[in-house]
Amino acid sequence: METLINEFEKNILNADDFIKPEKVKEEILSRYPPKVARKKSKQIVVNRKDAENKHLEIQANVRTIPGIISQRGCCYAGCKGVVMGPTRDIINLTHGPIGCGFYSWLTRRNQTDPSTTPDGDNYMPYCFSTDMQEREIIFGGEKKLKEAIQEAYDIFKPKMISVFSTCPVGLIGDDVHAVTKEMEEKLGITIFGFSCEGYKGVSQSAGHHVANNGLFKHIIGQDNTVKEGDYKVNLLGEYNIGGDAFEIERILTKCGITIISTFSGNSSVDFFANSHTADLNLIMCYRSINYVAEMMEKKYGIPWFKINFLSAGGMSRSLRKIAQYYGDQKLIDRVEEVIAEEMPPVIEAQNEVRPRLEGKLAMMFVGGSRAHHYQEMFREMGMIPFSAGYEFAHRDDYEGRQVLPNLKVDADSRNIEELLVEKDPERYNPRISEKELEEMEKNGIKLKDYAGMMDEMPDGTIVIDDISQFETETLINTYRPAVFCAGIKEKYTIQKFGIPMKQLHSYDTGGPYAGYRGAINFYHEIDRMVSSKVWEHLQAPWEKSPELAAKYAFE
Amino acid sequence: MLLRHTPDEIKERKSLTVNPAKTCQPIGAMYAALGIHGCLPHSHGSQGCYAYHRSTLTRHYKEPVMAATSSFTEGASVFGGQSNLLQAIDNIFTIYKPDIIAVHTTCLSETIGDDLPQIIGKAQVTGKIPEGKFVIHANTPSYVGTHVTGFANMTRAMVDYFAESNGHKTEQINIIPGWVEPSDMHEIKRIAAELEVPVVMFPDTENVLNGPQTGKYEMFPKGGVTIDELISTGSSQGTIALGGLASGSAAKALDTKCKVPCEILDLPIGIKATDRFVDALRKMAGVNVPDTITIERGQLLDIITDMQAYFYHKKVALVGDPDQLISLTEFLVSIDMMPIHILTGTRDKNFEKRIKKITADIPHEVNIASGKDMMLFHQWVKNDPVDLLMGNTYVKYIARDEDIPFIRFGFPILDRVGHSYFPTVCYRGGIRILEKILEALMDRIDRDSTEIAFDLVM
Repeated sequence: METLINEFEKNILNADDFIKPEKVKEEILSRYPPKVARKKSKQIVVNRKDAENKHLEIQANVRTIPGIISQRGCCYAGCKGVVMGPTRDIINLTHGPIGCGFYSWLTRRNQTDPSTTPDGDNYMPYCFSTDMQEREIIFGGEKKLKEAIQEAYDIFKPKMISVFSTCPVGLIGDDVHAVTKEMEEKLGITIFGFSCEGYKGVSQSAGHHVANNGLFKHIIGQDNTVKEGDYKVNLLGEYNIGGDAFEIERILTKCGITIISTFSGNSSVDFFANSHTADLNLIMCYRSINYVAEMMEKKYGIPWFKINFLSAGGMSRSLRKIAQYYGDQKLIDRVEEVIAEEMPPVIEAQNEVRPRLEGKLAMMFVGGSRAHHYQEMFREMGMIPFSAGYEFAHRDDYEGRQVLPNLKVDADSRNIEELLVEKDPERYNPRISEKELEEMEKNGIKLKDYAGMMDEMPDGTIVIDDISQFETETLINTYRPAVFCAGIKEKYTIQKFGIPMKQLHSYDTGGPYAGYRGAINFYHEIDRMVSSKVWEHLQAPWEKSPELAAKYAFE
Repeated sequence: MLLRHTPDEIKERKSLTVNPAKTCQPIGAMYAALGIHGCLPHSHGSQGCYAYHRSTLTRHYKEPVMAATSSFTEGASVFGGQSNLLQAIDNIFTIYKPDIIAVHTTCLSETIGDDLPQIIGKAQVTGKIPEGKFVIHANTPSYVGTHVTGFANMTRAMVDYFAESNGHKTEQINIIPGWVEPSDMHEIKRIAAELEVPVVMFPDTENVLNGPQTGKYEMFPKGGVTIDELISTGSSQGTIALGGLASGSAAKALDTKCKVPCEILDLPIGIKATDRFVDALRKMAGVNVPDTITIERGQLLDIITDMQAYFYHKKVALVGDPDQLISLTEFLVSIDMMPIHILTGTRDKNFEKRIKKITADIPHEVNIASGKDMMLFHQWVKNDPVDLLMGNTYVKYIARDEDIPFIRFGFPILDRVGHSYFPTVCYRGGIRILEKILEALMDRIDRDSTEIAFDLVM
């Protein structure tokens, strides 16, 4: 969407005194051993279009090089922490030594409101683990797992239990799926397992896929009750960090749109079970949940498209797209009313912060989606999202879905199960016909499409996949951005440089940032960080002028 | 209610851990390794481990926590992680240039049985370790022991790799501080300096994990014990190991390897444990205790004297690590408080024995457990409520549900600052603990008293 990039931004990036990004790339690569440099040269791309107006290719979703300090996590983290973690009424039992369960206990700031489901169940403040010991490593952990499931059932009487495999489980050969199946039959509640051992895949992305498969196989479609309401949608890839999902719910509800299920912020397994009755799947974090959308389309005929509720502009465009999709004048009008009502305070906040932030550089290296989603938010403050990249994305997140047919499946991705999905004999119900689909395409409403991050970044910006500590330092030293966005591991390193750092995984302590009120929060947050007085105090007086004043010096 | 599913009734659980009061070995090894100057800790396993450990330590310290990983994939898990580690060592020394890499294992590399000394040997002979640089290792399987064990194992590796006797005794004393905060390490060194005793402290995270904001980032901050100092520990007059579980193993190894005699003491938390530490240090070094220290001790006693009414027979529940809890329980008992629920996630028979003895005279039933979890701890509190809770950040969920005053103590503290700057060890640390206890208890009195009984002077 070239229109998003403004002239002002282009002028700054093309100015003669602006350090050319190609030089920075060269500098970074020169410091690496040759083998590392070869690989990294494909992961660091200066965003320029070729003669055919196509992006350069970027390498992504490849192995992390041992010894290169990356910010990536593991398959277990993606499965348990990201996708399954935010659901309140399921017991998530970690099968393994204690660490994995401990570190993924409450650390992601997913908010939930148990008062909205009748049973009020909420296991999110809990950490459940089999706490595997040496004897299980030697003799196998299946017995302990079985017993742990039984004890969890006896004490808590949950409606669902899922089990997460950690590294040693795969190595010693515990059959988690057989154990969960046996216990499911015995106890009469849904119990299933995930083969999400930490060494699988190359990052947490593998775990998202494993989790998607589990949701689809074991929960989605369990409950055929058709709920009341108009314009029934599922919201996919929204994890309610800092309350984002609450603000999105507020706006959608105000427009008259009904959310059947959110995957998986502020969610209940009851919502998942019923989610196949929705008309439409809206995707926020494309990377972590596109598999569920694809599978639901194949099995149930539910179409999906990508939306972005982060930034006021993104929010409004997404609402309009939903309204156009339904094509119902009542909804189209209502959406315009809501936008008109919500926007004045947003514009006011933009105008307030813009004088202090205009023309300043921002960099963002997070996730599989937010490094893209937040770019527009920065533009709304007049800032320049100059450099960005993902931690665990694939090429389609950068270059768009058109690269999908040409993606090679390597050994690391091959070990992640690809479910074979067929039309459900009874429940498949294409929500729109081929003809309607064509009509929509003609009107510019693209379904099943994602153009990727690079498409929305101007020429001369730097895109880096799986950025390393060294690359981060080089970018900072070269460009001294006004704000750098990443995660907790980078937080205090960046701030030691004297540069404000905003966490875009967990939002530090802030949020919501989605929707209109969220955008206002974010503008104020960035304004606070960039304009803080703390940056004035970095030097003590005696460091600023170390010479001694003559009148106090002894002869 | 946050922990709304925790029943009052305690049923024995054999296989299910709920809300652990411990975590795994590697994070302790990473923390200890950060206490060596110019060291990059390295996690030999899949990259999730180091991501989690770095995140947790970062949240606890609000400081950069650097480490690297072997980034195991499925292939490495099947064929072994040798080539990953060799490549990592090469890359780390080329790009990040630390003085030393301290490798710890994980459940993954331990299960497949990677032989670390062999791999490090291979790195040495193939020239991947530059002249004057070092790679050391500790075995830290996550399915054995806890984070405390990992700390002990890496601390011991420092001795195994470096300590050397120069044939005669150097006038210095080794202090192994245990798993305490950078502020505590500073305080222990300060006391030694007051006594004019030269010490080598290892590990030492002061000026590593409580660094200043200067506008300049240094990957390897100025703190940490140096390699030369570690080598010299083999020639010291003696070793004082604080906290048997975290420091005992390294102290004994020094005795065996270099004939450096050791005294293994409790962590100097509270008046009695600090007395024992100062006394041992004085005797080992053959020095007098200066008045400045005796005055500090007197100041701590003075607060206890003056505020006795607020401490007397108040019931406290404690959860944390054995070394800390043994001393803390002793401190609380010594000021007439009643620690009645004391639980650690680390299995340790000695812990139960010691706590039993320390609490023997408390006129109340006392629950003691090691190797148990925070759900059991919560159930104890539900069944026999207390006036005060002390434990890591996770205890705040119990504190809120049960509406009980709470003091953060131990690891990890994810939601407050202060622990990296203000010690809880020695006499001044004791004053800080008392200040925190009084603040928590008195705020509660102020909150709950009627308007009629509301007091200006307390």
